[in-house]
Amino acid sequence: MIKSQAFRILFVLLVFQTMLYAQSEGMVSIKGSRYLPLYGRDSTVVAVKDFEMDVYPVTNSEYVDFIKKYPKWQKSNVISLFADKGYLVNWKSDTELKDSEKPNSPVTYVSWFAAKDYCECQGKRLPTIDEWEYAAMADKTTKDARVKPEYNAEILAWYEAPRTNENTIGLHPENFWGVHDLHGLVWEWTLDFNSVLISGESRKDVDKDNNLFCGSAAVNATDLMNYAAFMRYAIRGSLKAKYSMKNLGFRCVKDIPNEF
Amino acid sequence: MKHLKIIFSVLVMTIAFTACNSKTSKNTSEALAVYQCPMQCEGAKTYSEAGSCPVCNMDLKPVEKASKVLETNEISEASIFNLTSKWNTEEGEVIQLKDLKGKTLVMVMIYTSCKAACPRLVADMRNIEAEIPKENLKDLNFVLISIDPETDTPERLKAFAIENLMDDEQWTFLQGTESGVREFANVLAMKYKQISPIDFSHSNIISVFNTKGELIHQQEGLGVNNKDTVDTILELTQ
Repeated sequence: MIKSQAFRILFVLLVFQTMLYAQSEGMVSIKGSRYLPLYGRDSTVVAVKDFEMDVYPVTNSEYVDFIKKYPKWQKSNVISLFADKGYLVNWKSDTELKDSEKPNSPVTYVSWFAAKDYCECQGKRLPTIDEWEYAAMADKTTKDARVKPEYNAEILAWYEAPRTNENTIGLHPENFWGVHDLHGLVWEWTLDFNSVLISGESRKDVDKDNNLFCGSAAVNATDLMNYAAFMRYAIRGSLKAKYSMKNLGFRCVKDIPNEF
Repeated sequence: MKHLKIIFSVLVMTIAFTACNSKTSKNTSEALAVYQCPMQCEGAKTYSEAGSCPVCNMDLKPVEKASKVLETNEISEASIFNLTSKWNTEEGEVIQLKDLKGKTLVMVMIYTSCKAACPRLVADMRNIEAEIPKENLKDLNFVLISIDPETDTPERLKAFAIENLMDDEQWTFLQGTESGVREFANVLAMKYKQISPIDFSHSNIISVFNTKGELIHQQEGLGVNNKDTVDTILELTQ
């Protein structure tokens, strides 16, 4: 009796194990490659490794689950080192959204620290800027659609649309990789957002900011036409990790373990 | 059967608990409200109940959190001692930032293979140290944190310390993990980016923390006048 039970559990574990190595739930794998980012190392190509990415941004209801499990991220518990006063300002209590918010909308008003911990608690992490940009340069049919005028026009049209953060996830068609909503819904946190040095001092951009930065952080963009990407980098450059914003959410990624 | 159940639940619990630390580190000092006259008629005198000031009759105001914490001796919300990342010192010890508690901290992020700004940043740190009277140094800790944890091993940091005559008690060098360094840089609002295998772009910021790990002052830029920074340090180490 005990033996057969043991076998059953072993069997379940084995099945579970294989699932761990296959594609994770709610994620798609993205085949890495070399690409030319807007701002790279010396403005040269950057290699992106294979990784898995969440199909959708993290939603309000997913964040409710997280916060129930990890009370330190409830808005009355969160410490000021990790989040500013705007943190979850659209929630009516520690565990409830305001009635006007949809459970299926992307969670916003979250700080980088909260987003980072959310991902780590799921065994994932935030994407790097390069990973995010790499996945986001695809349109429906190609991996790199940045040369197509209609790709840029579509993204810019979103930048003009107001209050898209109130929409729900999945309304935008999936891209080449099967990822939704990279454009058109909310801005997203990246792991190394603080590596954007161009506009760190944009508030005093008449100054020579060479006092503050060393190295080659000058205007060395590779694609001066990619206005949408400029805006994303500018936003990243202006953020601080404890900020929370109405139209800033996040999604997680995961490394793909090396083949055995 | 019963054994299996127990084993299984223990397994689940271990996973649940090790996966992520959900312990709330927020202190519970709210209960200990402290009131003070807004005009400070009686200096730093405080009251445990609301009321009015016996001198000027103004309503007593609750005292800000930071000073409340001074009395309860706990870590405040804004303290860097809330960070739980682990660091290696140049002496090969493993510490958390809260182990630095009790001394005024002057912190800067550098990397030892840097040829451009870091030598000047390090010089700025030494210039600041040179202006502090000897008797204040025992209450001070100058901490240099590497943004290149891969290259800057404890051995390398130790060698750097000796080479730059920064091996005395009041100097500490830290090697973290990539994620720990990124997190700490974000606490300082410091930006950095690896631009080649051996070089980084980075902001040049020297930060001063009080003994509770709360950020008091930041000096931005290279070779700037360090008077404010020195004054802040002197005030904190009195």
